[in-house]
Amino acid sequence: MEKREVVIIGGGPAGLAAAVELYKKGIQDVLIVEREKSLGGILRQCIHDGFGLTRFKTTLSGPEYAQRFIDEVQKACIPYITDATVLHVSPDKVVTIASAKGLVKIQAKAVILTMGCRERTRGALGIPGERPAGVFTAGVAQAYMNLYNRMVGKEVVILGSGDIGMIMARRLTLEGAHVQAVFEIQPIPSGLPRNIEQCLNDYGIPLYLSHTITAIHGRERVTGVTISEVDAQMKPIPKTEKEYACDTVILSVGLIPENELSIDAGVPLDARTRGAVVDECFQTEKKGFFAAGNVLHVHDLVDFVSLEAEKLAEGVAEYVQGGRLPECLIELKTDRNINHTVPQKISGQRDVNVTMRVSRKIENCTIVLRQGGEVIAKKAMKKAIPAEMIQIELKKEAIRAEQEIEVSVE
Amino acid sequence: MIREFTCIVCPNGCGITAEVENGELLSLTGAICKRGEAYVRQELTDPRRTISSSVAVRNGELPLASVRLDTAVPKDRIFDVMQEIGTVRLEAPVYIGDVAIENVLGLGSNVIVTKNVERK
Amino acid sequence: MGEFDILIIGGGVVGSAIARELSRFKLKIGVLEKNLDVCYETSGRNSGVVHGGFAYDTGSLKARLCVEGNQGMGELAKELGFTFKRCGKVLVGKSREDMESLKRTIAQGEKNGAVGLRLIDKEELHRLVPMAVGEFAMFSENSGIVDPFIYTIALAENAAVNGVRYFFNHEVTAITRETEENLWTVTTARGSYRTRWVVNSAGLGCGVIADMLGIKGYHVIGSKGDYIILDRRTGGLLPMPVYPVPSNTYMGIHVTNTTDGNVIIGPNAENVTDFTYYGVPQENMDYLAGSASEIWPCIKKADYIRNYSGILPKWVDENGAIQDFRIEIRPELAPNAVNLVGIESPGLTAAVPIGRMVAGMIREYEKLEENPDFNPRRKGITRFEEQDDEVKTRLIEENPDYGEVICRCEKVTKAEILEAIRNPLGVHTMAGIKYRTRSMMGRCQGGYCQMRIAKMLEEELGIPDTQIRYARENSWLFTGKVREEA
Repeated sequence: MEKREVVIIGGGPAGLAAAVELYKKGIQDVLIVEREKSLGGILRQCIHDGFGLTRFKTTLSGPEYAQRFIDEVQKACIPYITDATVLHVSPDKVVTIASAKGLVKIQAKAVILTMGCRERTRGALGIPGERPAGVFTAGVAQAYMNLYNRMVGKEVVILGSGDIGMIMARRLTLEGAHVQAVFEIQPIPSGLPRNIEQCLNDYGIPLYLSHTITAIHGRERVTGVTISEVDAQMKPIPKTEKEYACDTVILSVGLIPENELSIDAGVPLDARTRGAVVDECFQTEKKGFFAAGNVLHVHDLVDFVSLEAEKLAEGVAEYVQGGRLPECLIELKTDRNINHTVPQKISGQRDVNVTMRVSRKIENCTIVLRQGGEVIAKKAMKKAIPAEMIQIELKKEAIRAEQEIEVSVE
Repeated sequence: MIREFTCIVCPNGCGITAEVENGELLSLTGAICKRGEAYVRQELTDPRRTISSSVAVRNGELPLASVRLDTAVPKDRIFDVMQEIGTVRLEAPVYIGDVAIENVLGLGSNVIVTKNVERK
Repeated sequence: MGEFDILIIGGGVVGSAIARELSRFKLKIGVLEKNLDVCYETSGRNSGVVHGGFAYDTGSLKARLCVEGNQGMGELAKELGFTFKRCGKVLVGKSREDMESLKRTIAQGEKNGAVGLRLIDKEELHRLVPMAVGEFAMFSENSGIVDPFIYTIALAENAAVNGVRYFFNHEVTAITRETEENLWTVTTARGSYRTRWVVNSAGLGCGVIADMLGIKGYHVIGSKGDYIILDRRTGGLLPMPVYPVPSNTYMGIHVTNTTDGNVIIGPNAENVTDFTYYGVPQENMDYLAGSASEIWPCIKKADYIRNYSGILPKWVDENGAIQDFRIEIRPELAPNAVNLVGIESPGLTAAVPIGRMVAGMIREYEKLEENPDFNPRRKGITRFEEQDDEVKTRLIEENPDYGEVICRCEKVTKAEILEAIRNPLGVHTMAGIKYRTRSMMGRCQGGYCQMRIAKMLEEELGIPDTQIRYARENSWLFTGKVREEA
């Protein structure tokens, strides 16, 4: 059986950044496995700009951002295969790959999980009504328009205020479609404020919060939707129904880490992130399996995906070269205002960048990390919203003993 | 007069409250960095945006190459620029940084290619 | 105007089984189907359960044909290359009344000729289905499951390969009889056809077609049932269908495993007059989940993949009581016409015996010459995912398209999609490819693969993107191009 020190599953932004960083750390017996024809992952279809401000200090489109990493991979001659799908990863790190060239099994020393995420669909939401053509998730509409040159509709209603949905509202408008409105079931937008401004407000597209689609009409192609207001429990309020005639419904209702291969391999997941439980080195609870990027937890900026994967590469290098990583016994616990943290546990022996999301909008607050009642790190926030990933630097000097850390909002 | 802005310069998306009199900025709060003030001044006098889109590519391995403006253009000219972008046909191969339209409509901004498309 | 020996109206599981049975004889046969594919209505919208035959009145056609269909299903599945799992099923009970009712059901089943029925205690129930809730149960070891799409498609494709012509998008609008020539003229939106025999297997349309044939007075109502499909990761928790104790007319909300490892919850039963509306209201979904949780408490919203509904055509008398299947020739009203009314559940199980019965009825009127070229066998599309590594390796060696995984959730390869696009029935909708391959049916619902499949359809068929349809006549996927290609 072929052997590799590291197999990276997925050649999107996380996988590419991990590969390049591993190379710099002297780990070169690596293979990136990408199922698409070319590297770059979802960035290939994200043609809008705004990428790279943190990582490269300049604003780039998705394909440009990806190309910077692809160029480095190619320059360093890091091995990769495309049009190749990982069918299975066994708990003892045998990766089974199918491609037109055949079925290959590779024994890896370490496996990096960078499969990204998928979109929540209509079925997962259970939107009632008929099943006509013309209902697309935002990412599918984006792929059709930006990669396949297919226009998906003319009169559009968007459900969900996720970033891709808002970006598609602008994209469709620029290409001559009429976007009537964006409806969001929650009382707050789920995407970033700047996208509300530059994708919706700039084009006069209204955003209705606490509204949802309660029925989709049409037997063949979509003919319209029924919209209802929802109450605080997000249940539709009777008699608030309004009809909108449209031929297209775009759904931007959330992303789900794509962890089917991780589950196969026996990697335990965190129900809150739907990604793996990881430590400060991004090692999962299954030794030798590492995860970063959207497969671990859904990010709002690709820059942070790259930075996270680069950090992961440090841990993988240490694991491959040294054979083991420090035990991580200090757990991070959250109060009800914090949805989750990544990592979920640490060793206390090194500085850690703790990322998290709040579970609701909170103004003028402080996020506090405590051990045994004592504050070990904190961050004051004018406004904390679930749409923005929050990062807090935790210094190793501040961490004491093997005692759990409580993360709370005050 | 008090006006609210959402700064679009970076993903922080600062909510800025500005005191404006006759189109002139008197004071502002809410911006984390000084780019916020520049953004508000620009919005008050001459709001500008960059846009991204696609152009058709002949004989490419993909039918489209993505493009963007390399500098912002006046907001009210966006659809004029889109019209121009719609008329362009490039011949593969095209590479990131290739200029698809130079100084589009004389607005001082180039439409540049943002994706490599090899020849089929 | 085409001329046929036999025109079958309705290409569902029953129409297709009849077509296949009749293709054993030297006959010119056509199937008129109003949708763009077979099994687009009742045949494809159900639980996929192969029933044991215990739930129907002794002496009824439903009982007899169901038992016969159940017994023959294993052989049929081998012949036609579709998956049938004789996994058994349980009906769980709690009360003394339930116990009495199950005992009566077993007695009735045995009278119907069903075998392998017995009462089991809680311990055995939990050995069979650890997560089922019940104090005791009735176990029917011969019950099973099929993929209703592949099963119907298999019957139809085999019929087509044996010479039956399928006409899709052909809704029948009128039927007239020329007595002198002894011919029927069947008119559709896309032309008229003359035929010696007509078979009404129109499912939900059986009443309307019976009227057109001159056999008036059948009252057919629709019983709509909604379903929720759960992710494949739930399949391990349900080795066989779990039903509540049935009432006289309704099986109750049950949970069913599918041949692909998903779980289906449903159906409720609601009488409807609109036979075209398949929407699923929110309150029904909540009701299904709540109700099914009482017998199988493993239902989580995070596992919902999709919901759907189906409508059963039920023939009722003037008091609204549901009647047996009616399969008849009424020479005084409509000579040379076989009229099938109220073929609801267990029509899926009974389809082939129904087909044999129809052929037998026609043979009472005329001698049919056997078709020496009839080939009962069909090879289904080889599912890459289901093979072991050795076979996978060989498949890719023989055809590299097997190495290209197009649908990542169900791991469907390019070779399978291409084979589906080249299907013998000439079905070219996205849904047609989906039902034939399981692509786009997984947890991402085509988020990853539908663009590629749409493109393959365009390339294989040489049609523009604006001609790609989802499932129905005007269900266009695209409104044009973003940029005209020069």
